[in-house]
Amino acid sequence: MAKKHQTPLLDELEKGPFPSFVTEIKKAATKSDMAADELGQLEKSYRDQRGYWKHGGIVGVRGYGSGVIGRYSSLPEEFPNVANFHTVRINSISGFFYTSKFLKEMCDIWDKYGSGLTNLHGSTGDLVLLGTTTENLEPIFAEFSSRGFDLGGSGSALRTPSCCVGPARCEWSNINTLDITYSITQEWQDEMHRPAFPYKFKFKTAGCAVDCIASIARADCSIIGTWKGKIAIDQAEVANYAKKGTNISEEIVNRCPSRCMSYDGKELKIADEDCIRCMHCIAKMTKALKPTGERGATILIGSKAPFVIGATLSWVIVPFIKMEPPYTEFKDLIRKMWEFWDEHGKNRERIGELIIRKGMREFLEYIGVNPVPQQVKEPRRDPFFFWTEQDLQK
Amino acid sequence: MSAPQRKTDIGPPHYKDFLPPVIQKNYGDWKYHEVINHGVMVHVANNGDKLWSVRVASPRLLSTDTIRDFAGMAEKYCGGYLRFTTRNNVELLVSDEKNLEPLQKELKSKKYMIGGIGSGISNIVHTQGWVHCHSACTDASGLVKVLMDEFADYFTTKHTPNKVRLAVACCVNMCGAVHCSDIAVVAIHRKIPVVDHDKVKNVCEIPSTIASCPTGAISPDPAKKSVKVNPDKCMYCGNCFTVCPPMEIHDPEYDGVAIVVGGKVGNLRSNPKFSKLAVPFIKNNPPRWPEVTAAVRKIFDAYMAGAKKHERVGEWIERIGWEKFFKVTGLPFTFQHIDDFTIARETFRTAATFKW
Repeated sequence: MAKKHQTPLLDELEKGPFPSFVTEIKKAATKSDMAADELGQLEKSYRDQRGYWKHGGIVGVRGYGSGVIGRYSSLPEEFPNVANFHTVRINSISGFFYTSKFLKEMCDIWDKYGSGLTNLHGSTGDLVLLGTTTENLEPIFAEFSSRGFDLGGSGSALRTPSCCVGPARCEWSNINTLDITYSITQEWQDEMHRPAFPYKFKFKTAGCAVDCIASIARADCSIIGTWKGKIAIDQAEVANYAKKGTNISEEIVNRCPSRCMSYDGKELKIADEDCIRCMHCIAKMTKALKPTGERGATILIGSKAPFVIGATLSWVIVPFIKMEPPYTEFKDLIRKMWEFWDEHGKNRERIGELIIRKGMREFLEYIGVNPVPQQVKEPRRDPFFFWTEQDLQK
Repeated sequence: MSAPQRKTDIGPPHYKDFLPPVIQKNYGDWKYHEVINHGVMVHVANNGDKLWSVRVASPRLLSTDTIRDFAGMAEKYCGGYLRFTTRNNVELLVSDEKNLEPLQKELKSKKYMIGGIGSGISNIVHTQGWVHCHSACTDASGLVKVLMDEFADYFTTKHTPNKVRLAVACCVNMCGAVHCSDIAVVAIHRKIPVVDHDKVKNVCEIPSTIASCPTGAISPDPAKKSVKVNPDKCMYCGNCFTVCPPMEIHDPEYDGVAIVVGGKVGNLRSNPKFSKLAVPFIKNNPPRWPEVTAAVRKIFDAYMAGAKKHERVGEWIERIGWEKFFKVTGLPFTFQHIDDFTIARETFRTAATFKW
């Protein structure tokens, strides 16, 4: 049994109403020497105000180049049970739905082969198993894959796609977010498990512009559901909201960003041609307002955290695309984008950074998408623009 | 006992096998939902079927014991079905109304926190921190714990003008959505990396190390077969450390956190926005970072006092103006607040209109 470490600093984080991660590590430490040393090393980090983990090394399962992140303690003599403390990423279920049966089996496997510590979920959306040894990786993979589960992505590869709860439990979803996520994950297993991209690539699919999966901020490819028809109004339900205390003029009409609504105390009117589909009115009066007509998605590209040129939000490439199985048009579009990235991208350059470096024109021409005003906030302000020989002949 | 037969490239199981029957039946056919309180919402299908979701706080870092406990409660009250939210809460999916009260009773008796739905403070999106990351310069889990303790009432019962999304990132890699959150904490360095020339020579690829620098501060040092860092250009981002570990950037004496505000990802009312700098630096003070919780509290209180219904933090600040934000919060405005990175000139005030 591993040494029981004294943790006076971490003990302070067991106080207070919110559930404590320290309590979780202590629970695991009653059964796992790895978790016990994790706790000890973390206490030392709190004391010294620095981390004690080394950069990841190359570890993994046979035939895969991703799914496992090597993690080694920089203090292996002091904390021998976390000398190897690798992360295993299990590809989560679309929408993060689980059954108790699977979760219990997962716990049994993980108690047998790992620290007993998990993240549900990691930032990208994997079911993260936190801390195991190199020799346990193959048995863990066999246990999970024989039960129908596979590893997620890591490194310069397709990362585990994720989505909002979508049509499984939301009346606002314009697209089948769970199915899109499942379909692209299955389509590109090789791209996920054998890193061959210039850098990472993330898909996130949101059913509407509320964007509960933060796709516009956190995905190289943001798929956001939208519609082309009118918003159907149930005037009786509008009256009900007013009766129950919603100030329709103040909270709904005056908050509309495109000023396309009016209300005279009796009837709510929407000038649908001016609606930009922000979702505010629908989210606040879900019983009264429903989108109608053609459904599809807006495809945006390029969001990422600050490295290297500063944080970016995804920007519109294709304003509207139908998203119906088997999603052929969408998948073909993505393949062209990847080809462009593969051809021109530098090592560790995300696709959005590449587009900024090369210019939107080169990217759009390569993928075969025409310029449309929906792609920009405003046209350029400078007088410096390229003309190709072909442009000059027009 | 030998391990079972492995399979490769099978991908995840089909989601349909993990959906409760009421969802399978009403998939894509929901009519509306109502938030009953911070802990419970009900979704109603076009045919009248109902699904209640009971949301419970989780530290994200979970032991197998706790997962088994959730699984057990799902079996007892939810036919074995549960899900996790994008903000790491647990949702127990109840399709039989009579199970709603006993489930909440059991959760409360086990001291779980029920809440996080609607206009309040939900769980904090965060990163790995000292628990498991090599580049962390603070501990994300610890900051999440102390901030959620501070604002626990807004998770369980109290209301805010609109959702207040918090995030914590333990370095500027920002594996959490810090760059688009209402109020977020991001750990930063303030000293240039210390180059271990002997190791750089053996471990690092010099061109990719130079290319990793966003400000062009790294140049070759041919004599040492290593690199040198221009201290006038380095902005301490640590990207070089990620590609070349012997460029040690951690310095516990000078590392700490910044607080950024006003970001959002949703399109409702106003476009998605980045978070902007409010507090450039607070020294790490584990285990409970009282200076960080006090600063977040100050910003939160000013928002509560000034925001109109449905306004997110960023929408409130845009309405009153950033100059007013610094006035009402009492936060000092410093050189660090004026951008001098890649989009600096976009942020300068090119108008004569502002408040005193």
